[in-house]
Amino acid sequence: MHKTIQREVSIKQSKTFNIMCLAIPGKIATIENRFDGAVRFAKVQFGGITKEASLEMVPAAKEGDYVLVHVGVAISIVNEEEAQKTFEYLSQIGEIDELIEHTQV
Amino acid sequence: MKFISEYRDQELVAQYLDEIRRVATRPWTIMEVCGGQTHSLVKNGILQMLPENVRMVHGPGCPVCVTPLHMIDKAIYLAEKKGIILCSYGDMLRVPGSKHSLLESKAAGADVRILYSPLEAVKIAKEHPDREVVFFAVGFETTAPANALSVLHAQRAGVTNYTILTSHVLVPPAIEAVMQDEDAHIEGFLAAGHVCTIVGISEYYPLVEKFKIPIVVTGFEPVDLVQGILMTVRQLEKGEYQLENQYSRVVRPEGNPEAIKVIETVFEVCDREWRGIGNIPMSGYELRPEYAAYDANLKFDVHIEKVPESAECIAGLVLKGIKKPHECPQFGKKCTPQMPLGAPMVSSEGACAAYYHFSQAMEAIV
Repeated sequence: MHKTIQREVSIKQSKTFNIMCLAIPGKIATIENRFDGAVRFAKVQFGGITKEASLEMVPAAKEGDYVLVHVGVAISIVNEEEAQKTFEYLSQIGEIDELIEHTQV
Repeated sequence: MKFISEYRDQELVAQYLDEIRRVATRPWTIMEVCGGQTHSLVKNGILQMLPENVRMVHGPGCPVCVTPLHMIDKAIYLAEKKGIILCSYGDMLRVPGSKHSLLESKAAGADVRILYSPLEAVKIAKEHPDREVVFFAVGFETTAPANALSVLHAQRAGVTNYTILTSHVLVPPAIEAVMQDEDAHIEGFLAAGHVCTIVGISEYYPLVEKFKIPIVVTGFEPVDLVQGILMTVRQLEKGEYQLENQYSRVVRPEGNPEAIKVIETVFEVCDREWRGIGNIPMSGYELRPEYAAYDANLKFDVHIEKVPESAECIAGLVLKGIKKPHECPQFGKKCTPQMPLGAPMVSSEGACAAYYHFSQAMEAIV
């Protein structure tokens, strides 16, 4: 019980920060080609937030796949279960806020 | 969400902790390199739950923390130059330079923008052909593909008003520097999972052999961390030293070949100064000569004099695991996340900020 309270308080107080080295899992909704077809970009859904990510590092990725996205670039394909678990953990510790903050940029 | 996160499963964490207690018969000192891991260890209270004889010390894997003072001064110089839009990742804005931070430049009227991705900076450059856009490209191996891609995208799109100010750093040379410091006494390492997702694990074999230390590639969630610690302690107790991969569900031994290709196209390895640590040979990336047109240093002929660090900040000792954040006399006094003396108090990946928030949380419930 004690530890639970301790964690909740510390999570609350850290919400204004973000962790630069983490990659966040999301689901590829749609894919489009740019630069005359040379580069694939995807709309990736992170819970209720949709962001754009380059798929150049994951040539095998297709719509419906889950990818780890780091600063706007998908770096790895992960399975759905792994993606869901990690996303839930990141939501719980407040790391998804980083995406929300930057959605309007 | 239909899955319940087993990585937050207290029972599973508790089981690993019991096993660590059972296996650890002697005192061991293990360093987690990645700032995200430090953050998670502190935030989830794992440091308090480990047995006393397993001591975790926190490494230099916080990109914001190790970006040298004169690079921040360079970014500030560029931000305050007429016609420039200076973009970077959020935490970089609050790091104190020798006089002030980028955030203070912004408050004084400089066009400083926080971006989620460097690819957005290329778009901004395209939209503002009359301005110069500079992206302050910091980070470890994980961030290198994105920063490199921004240069390739600018090249493809014929964008000539985009440059990057590079201060990239690499994990393996930092481990080597920590091991060569006589005061550090580290016996095992947790290597950073997402770094290895990009570059793979092969660069760690020579370190294991040279220093005869276990290195375990580890994820950042609570169960990952306690499992990685257990794997390290098991090796230490048996007198073994091997490279192991706790995070194999994400990290492939060869890394991501596409990402490596992009990094190698745009960057080459160079000597790099680390804030608080000093120069580490072959420990960073800089733009290859072919991409000199995208180098902000060259384009704007930036010459900034090096200024000594604040004598009150012991960040170097903290980053090498020699001192813990709360052992600094200024911790929580003259140095807080609101008024940081040094970079580890700025970023949430910084050990000082993690300890500060944790101690605040403890006070709130006592």
